[in-house]
Amino acid sequence: MSEPVVRLDGVAAGYRSGRGERRVLERVDLELGRGEMAALLGANGSGKTTLLGIMAGTIRPTAGTVELFGRPAGTWSRAEIARSVAVSPQSLELPAGFRVSEIVAMGRTPHRGRWFGWEADDQRAVADALRDADAESLADRPVTELSGGERQRVLVALALAQEPRLLLMDEPTTHLDVAHAAALLASISRLQRLRGVTVVVVVHDLVLAAMWAPRVIVLDAGRIAADGPPEAALRPDVVRRAYGVAVETAVTGAGRRILVPHLPAAVREDVARPVD
Amino acid sequence: MSATTAVRPIAFGPSLGRSALVLGAGVAFVAVAAGAAVMSGTSDIGIGDVIAIVLHRLTGIGPVTWPASAETIVWELRLPRVVAGMVVGAGLACAGTVFQALLRNPMADPYIIGPAAGASLGAVTALLLPVATVGWLGLGLVQLLAFAGGLLTVFVVFAIARGQAGTPVVTLLLSGYAVSSLLSAGVALLIFNSGQRIAAVIGWLLGSLGGASWARVGFAVPLIVISFSLLLVRWRGLNALLLGEVQAAHLGVDVEREKRILTGLAALATSAGVAISGTIGFVGLVVPHLVRLAVGPDHRLLLPASLLYGAGLLVLADLGARLAGGIPVGIVTALIGAPFLLWLLRRSVRGGR
Repeated sequence: MSEPVVRLDGVAAGYRSGRGERRVLERVDLELGRGEMAALLGANGSGKTTLLGIMAGTIRPTAGTVELFGRPAGTWSRAEIARSVAVSPQSLELPAGFRVSEIVAMGRTPHRGRWFGWEADDQRAVADALRDADAESLADRPVTELSGGERQRVLVALALAQEPRLLLMDEPTTHLDVAHAAALLASISRLQRLRGVTVVVVVHDLVLAAMWAPRVIVLDAGRIAADGPPEAALRPDVVRRAYGVAVETAVTGAGRRILVPHLPAAVREDVARPVD
Repeated sequence: MSATTAVRPIAFGPSLGRSALVLGAGVAFVAVAAGAAVMSGTSDIGIGDVIAIVLHRLTGIGPVTWPASAETIVWELRLPRVVAGMVVGAGLACAGTVFQALLRNPMADPYIIGPAAGASLGAVTALLLPVATVGWLGLGLVQLLAFAGGLLTVFVVFAIARGQAGTPVVTLLLSGYAVSSLLSAGVALLIFNSGQRIAAVIGWLLGSLGGASWARVGFAVPLIVISFSLLLVRWRGLNALLLGEVQAAHLGVDVEREKRILTGLAALATSAGVAISGTIGFVGLVVPHLVRLAVGPDHRLLLPASLLYGAGLLVLADLGARLAGGIPVGIVTALIGAPFLLWLLRRSVRGGR
């Protein structure tokens, strides 16, 4: 196999405040290969966004080493990283007055084309990004006139316009209903197939993660609690420790095992086999 | 990559035609404002003579058919004043545009992090010093100390706000406010003790283009041209900063470096303008808002358009100040600018930005 896209070795991260240091990540080892697709799960505050920031080079680890495409992350300039790594944020206030295509064109910032214009490369990248993010029809819309789902597609297009080899997505499905969430994840899978991009997606929905991701990484209080195919990583004990809720395993009609949070009122004997 | 398709151009950003229209109208506006300002005054000099005098001075051609006094009035008094108005208005509008983007604060103006207070302290100190004849490059001590005071204050404010993890915008604003307050206290103390010189001091603080000369214009023009040019080529970074600092960093902008460069360049334009005109308010706050409403937030067009409309507006405001009996132009810009700002405010409160 070729060199990993990203490799984290014993990475720790945290914030220094007046009264000492708050650790957010501890001894994280992680390796992602070319074209890999992983879902990143964990409770609020478990360090998911920090982990994405480490991989994007915008957060410096307090310990350990980060390598991007075989080179230490510290030796890359910001623009160099942004030409290879894109982050689509959890949410973003889009400045009024711009049209969607103009926002997506900002993804070309690190590529620095002509002084005042866009080159054919930029035009093509923006068009491809809009198409692949299923946002073509939004191109001429003012950004202030977007629904939650449309805005999410625009953020994905913005990241794609960077033409990244590593795409990091922070909760892209959080504001979406089931159908739109599924459609977005499907288009991410398609992208991965088409472009060979490595993708890490922060997902909160255990079912979506299990159904979609070939690889699941579970963060628990800044440590990797599980990492592997969904059936191996999403074990009831792991999830219970990571989220502090009991779950039960259910089997779908297609024979897939999924985890359902244990809410006593919602337990239905005919579907579920209690684990705990 | 297999995903690439045939080049299918899509339009984004301000079109060439629209940009040409906006900037062409801006140039025409500046020309009309300048023409009106050069022709207006207590001595009546016809438009033909004005054009002939300017052409004659620039190229040396044409017979002299006007009285020498007309030439002195046009070339030595009115024209430097008009050009000074253009340069100062242009610099303040550009600096305001940049600070509004950088600080993501609609109330940001060129003076927000302190250059006005620093320049005022420098200028007022110079005005009250017993030595009046010190000069350099045709500039008086007032201009030199104002320029140095403005730039120095911004550097100090930035240095105070700068921490290990960068320079947070809020810290920068607060540091600017605190340092400005401190320097303003110094200015107030000087005013209190200024005695007979109080008129000169107040006049400078209100801003005036009355003392404009070619030497002063020659000092400010290159500084503001350099600042504008270097700001304009950073349009990608300025646009990306509108998405917030975190996303700008994800888009490859070295945010802390960009902040230092943009602050430095905007402070340079501001200090150069303030040095030759005093602290003229509202131009740097209102013009960027007005232009943004008309041409949108893309800095590729916003910056040059602000430059032109800032130049034209200050020339017009100064003409108004002259026609109103020679009051400081800062009074006129405040009289026009403040109601305009209130109108903008009401407009946003009524909804629909």
